[in-house]
Amino acid sequence: MARTGPIQNKIMLLVCLPLLIWIAAFELLPIAGMLVMSFQDDSGQGFSLGQYIRTFTSDIYLQAIWNSLKVALISSVVGIIIALVCGYAITRLSEGFRDRMLMVSNMITNFVGVPLAFAYMIMLGNNGAFTLLFQKLGLESLSKFDLYTENGLLLLYIYYQIPLAILLVYPIFHGIREEWKEASALLGASAWRFWRHIGIPMMLPSILGTFSILIANALGAYATAYALTGSNFNLLSIRIAALVSGDIFPNFQLGSALAVILAIIMLLAMFLNEWMTRYSRRRGL
Amino acid sequence: MRDSSKPAVRRKEAGPTIIIAVLLLYLFLPIVATFLFSIAKDWQSSILPTSYTLSWYGQIFSDPRFLFAVLRTLLVGVLTVTLGLAVMVPVIFVLAVYFPKWEKLLQISVLLPFAFPPVVAAIGLIKLYSGGPVPLTGTIWILIAVYFILIQPFIYQSVRSSLRTIHAKDLMEAAEVLGSGRMNAFLRIILPNIWSGTLVACLLSFSMVFGEFVMGRMLVGGEFETVQQYLYNAMKVSGPSASAVVVTYFLFIFLISGIVLKLGKRKPKGYLAHPKPGGEDQ
Repeated sequence: MARTGPIQNKIMLLVCLPLLIWIAAFELLPIAGMLVMSFQDDSGQGFSLGQYIRTFTSDIYLQAIWNSLKVALISSVVGIIIALVCGYAITRLSEGFRDRMLMVSNMITNFVGVPLAFAYMIMLGNNGAFTLLFQKLGLESLSKFDLYTENGLLLLYIYYQIPLAILLVYPIFHGIREEWKEASALLGASAWRFWRHIGIPMMLPSILGTFSILIANALGAYATAYALTGSNFNLLSIRIAALVSGDIFPNFQLGSALAVILAIIMLLAMFLNEWMTRYSRRRGL
Repeated sequence: MRDSSKPAVRRKEAGPTIIIAVLLLYLFLPIVATFLFSIAKDWQSSILPTSYTLSWYGQIFSDPRFLFAVLRTLLVGVLTVTLGLAVMVPVIFVLAVYFPKWEKLLQISVLLPFAFPPVVAAIGLIKLYSGGPVPLTGTIWILIAVYFILIQPFIYQSVRSSLRTIHAKDLMEAAEVLGSGRMNAFLRIILPNIWSGTLVACLLSFSMVFGEFVMGRMLVGGEFETVQQYLYNAMKVSGPSASAVVVTYFLFIFLISGIVLKLGKRKPKGYLAHPKPGGEDQ
């Protein structure tokens, strides 16, 4: 086998070159550029921590960070709880149904951003079908629900978190063996006690991992909130976009600082996921 | 892995069925509402439309602006996916078969878009490519360049698992023992056997390109109107025609998901499942 010499092997690595150049030009360089800009002053000069100081001393930007975290946390918690219940229900279905449910979930994960915001406006906007229905039924409090507020935004975020959460949570249930249930039933445990003391604790690391993906998913989202009310929501992603491509005079340095903060939170979420995956693998799940 | 769904242990339970029915209702409600809106002739103050029409569909499909938006998005999709496959498939193959140690690097690169979502990544891109030696913003080229980055995960996942399914390494060794050149073996043995995975990657990438809004808006804006930009603009002008766009988009996604599912179940001829239960990949 003459052709498997080490030099020929190395030559094969040349196929990686176009990819490396591409990644460098459109992924690494822009990220590096953003990092550099975040440490510059408003005129794009020098080295300063000014943009970060400004962010952390400004009520608006602190509130944006807080709002983003809050919306991400609430939508992820609600999303994952619903997904756990539904994911379990899916495992109890016949195989054909299971596949179809997963396909539906997969399909609905594409229903985000502008189309989703629009659909909710049709249902719950000022003249929406459900708004009218609630009015006719005399449900005052429901008909007064304002979609264009934080609660409305939460409703949309929860909607798009659920199918993704189901796709991520569903495989976790496969780690729970039927033998464990049988064993605990033989020892006299109820179904509730099985899940309380064995099932849920076993699944917890994977659930936390999924949770961190959902958090990142919500934090990075921009299109849904933007399509709903333009730049009116004070979210981190909305602020960043407004600073670099909005109607106001652009400030790339401040936008970069906000973007770096967002990226750091996202990276933390991803590390948590990675760490949790490893942890549950070590436990043989 | 043990299948937890053996029919023997399973009784017909009402609970799960009800939960799933509620879930389906909840998930499809916005889509049904949009559909009703798109075929409503008059839907102002009543709960359900009073009369129906298909004229909104007629309107968008005879609107050159919409058709051009679809064509532009298709063009971006085709170019991005073609380039993406041409660049990535050989890399995934070479790393998987000959340099497994280096695969970790590719995995990290594939994960980067998740850590840096479009709204974050766009800042550096705008700064680097508007003006300067390579002014790309506002053109189709910047979209192709960044969508390439965004579809990497789909291509990597689908192609990698196809290679695993066909035991690419063993196949290559066999081909080489029988005297075939590597290039020849790759083109005539590996490629024809991973086409279903590659097709899945194409379709997922396409649905990503058709659903992408942020990069399009921040990097290109009005100069190159894609489907999502068109939808965003239509939404502000005419609700019913925007809903016809949404329903059309959804049908497109539905079609793609269906094909992906069908392809995902296909196994190459003579396929033998991994002896290891569970496999390395979920």
